[in-house]
Amino acid sequence: MIGFLKKIYAKHDNVKAYSLLSPALILVILAMIVPMALMLSFSMFTQVSMMEIDYTFTFQRYIDFFQKKLLVTLLIKSIKISFLVTLITLITAYPVCYYIAFYVKKNKMLWLVLLTLPFWTSYLLRVFSWKIILGTKGVINSSLINAGILSEPLTFLMYSETAVVITLTHAWAAFALLPLYVSLEKIDFSFIEAGRDLGLSRFEVFWKITFPLSLPGVIGAILIIFIPTVGDYVTPALLGGTDGRMLSNMIQAYFGKINNIPLGAASATIMLTTVVLITIIVSNVTKKLTQRLT
Amino acid sequence: MNNSFIQINNISKHFADVKAVDDVSFEIKEGEFFSLLGPSGCGKTTLLRLLAGFEYPTSGNLLIDGTDITALPPDKRPTNMVFQNYAIFPHLNVEKNIQFGLRKLGLSNDEIGKRVKEVLSLVKLEGYEERFSNQLSGGQRQRVALARALVRQPKVLLLDEPLGALDKKLRDEMQLELRTLQKNIGITFVFVTHDQQEAISMSDRVAVMNNGKIQQLSAPNELYKNPKNIFVSDFIGETNFLKAETKSSDGEFINVSIEKLGEFKIKNNLNIATNSSDVVCSVRPESMMISKVKSDWDICLDAKISQTSYLGEMTRFYVEAKGINKIITVSSQHFDNQSFENNECFISISLEDICLLNKK
Repeated sequence: MIGFLKKIYAKHDNVKAYSLLSPALILVILAMIVPMALMLSFSMFTQVSMMEIDYTFTFQRYIDFFQKKLLVTLLIKSIKISFLVTLITLITAYPVCYYIAFYVKKNKMLWLVLLTLPFWTSYLLRVFSWKIILGTKGVINSSLINAGILSEPLTFLMYSETAVVITLTHAWAAFALLPLYVSLEKIDFSFIEAGRDLGLSRFEVFWKITFPLSLPGVIGAILIIFIPTVGDYVTPALLGGTDGRMLSNMIQAYFGKINNIPLGAASATIMLTTVVLITIIVSNVTKKLTQRLT
Repeated sequence: MNNSFIQINNISKHFADVKAVDDVSFEIKEGEFFSLLGPSGCGKTTLLRLLAGFEYPTSGNLLIDGTDITALPPDKRPTNMVFQNYAIFPHLNVEKNIQFGLRKLGLSNDEIGKRVKEVLSLVKLEGYEERFSNQLSGGQRQRVALARALVRQPKVLLLDEPLGALDKKLRDEMQLELRTLQKNIGITFVFVTHDQQEAISMSDRVAVMNNGKIQQLSAPNELYKNPKNIFVSDFIGETNFLKAETKSSDGEFINVSIEKLGEFKIKNNLNIATNSSDVVCSVRPESMMISKVKSDWDICLDAKISQTSYLGEMTRFYVEAKGINKIITVSSQHFDNQSFENNECFISISLEDICLLNKK
């Protein structure tokens, strides 16, 4: 029996490949595909009462979603917040990575480690520390008041969309640094010199050579930040107040307090689909734009 | 023709405490194929990068066609460069790579199209417009790099070891092609290489560099026949060095005592001092004769062959001559490794083939 298995194993490369993949594959199936399938099926059921679910298939929950103005508004708000977070992160992280890739000669690794140092503490802790910084009696407000610049604390800082954007930007910046750095680091400096040699100014060389060549990193950073922040629910729950609430908070409520699991599942599915669509559109548009640029 | 088309005046470039280029001055003629030759780290690439504008000199100034370019950035200089790794933009196809340098020249679309077509036919790459860098062979990339630089019609084309990455056969072909191309278009070429054979076979003049300084600047045959110092003699081609001492001189000739061989009258081209032991005699392997019987040449030595290597067009013999504690290399087209009995032979040297050099 063992001899027979060994023979199969030696003969067929795909058997080898699957057996190497199997631990990961099992994990992905159990932890990703099964829950997703469950969510998808639940989105097509109906909550009849507190404890009772009607298991006949219907698309009514999806129609419900688009008929509830609040849910659509929250979806749009989630996307808007994530979009802002992604944009701000890119604008701030890109120059830093550019500097490390092209101007730091020694100890590049040290620079990267130092930049990611704040991210060694837990996500939750960092969210709480922003509470201390942004609160009405927080670091910013109390120093501005003590300095006599303000008489009243700035209220828009805390429990607002602004707070969510600031916190998420800081929380995810480290994940943008690495893909951006790697793609910039790979660019041979002679491409930049060649651009200058062929008559372009520094600025033109950046837009026509450096930026297009770093695009894989830019798209990578966009996806890495956009996808998880759309669905983030800790930060809006702790810092968002009513103004900064996102769709994920509502989904959580549907599975909890409100107890409408099918509508929660339908909302989650819609959000997932939207994210996938936006991701595809963003990467294609970015590529097209760059082709136009060059 | 302008004899001082490019003027390099007292140029120095220091990196921290390293003098990459150390107070160098020379001129390059218009339309010349000029080579900078030297071992790695000799400063040749730095000098080329100074001309391109990628580095700025620590001191000194640079003029091209009468204009001081010392402080100009690369995009404002009348030069274009062919990079060692070609630096073909990977996100653009061949046509766009070549057009890249034309967009700032203010040409009409018709003119751009015409120029691209012309330069593609010049480097024999018609039909490759749509290809990307990773779809080209090393030789084709080299041609794209050349076309991209030439299409701007620069006053000076700078080439940084452009043939280094090619295999031997292709390199020989490209050497000939580059030379023909340069003569046809008449643009001044400044060519950097560490390959002495490449430099002497292609160039009108060669500057041999070492330790940031020019060791000798002359036509290739002069470099080979009349090296000015021991470095040049050793770097260009192969040679044998023999210990020597100078004695009295009578103007054109000087009496030289060569180790164990006796005293000889040798032409003193370099004005070497009399009664000096800081000199050395250089003899090229192919200027010596190897024979089975004694010859009547100026010097004829008993010798024993210790090793031979057959190179096809000739054979190289490594011989131990009586009285000289050193292996001498002799090359010959007339003998091969089976010609000698018991490895015994005679090697003959003519006095006019001995080159007297200062040790330092």
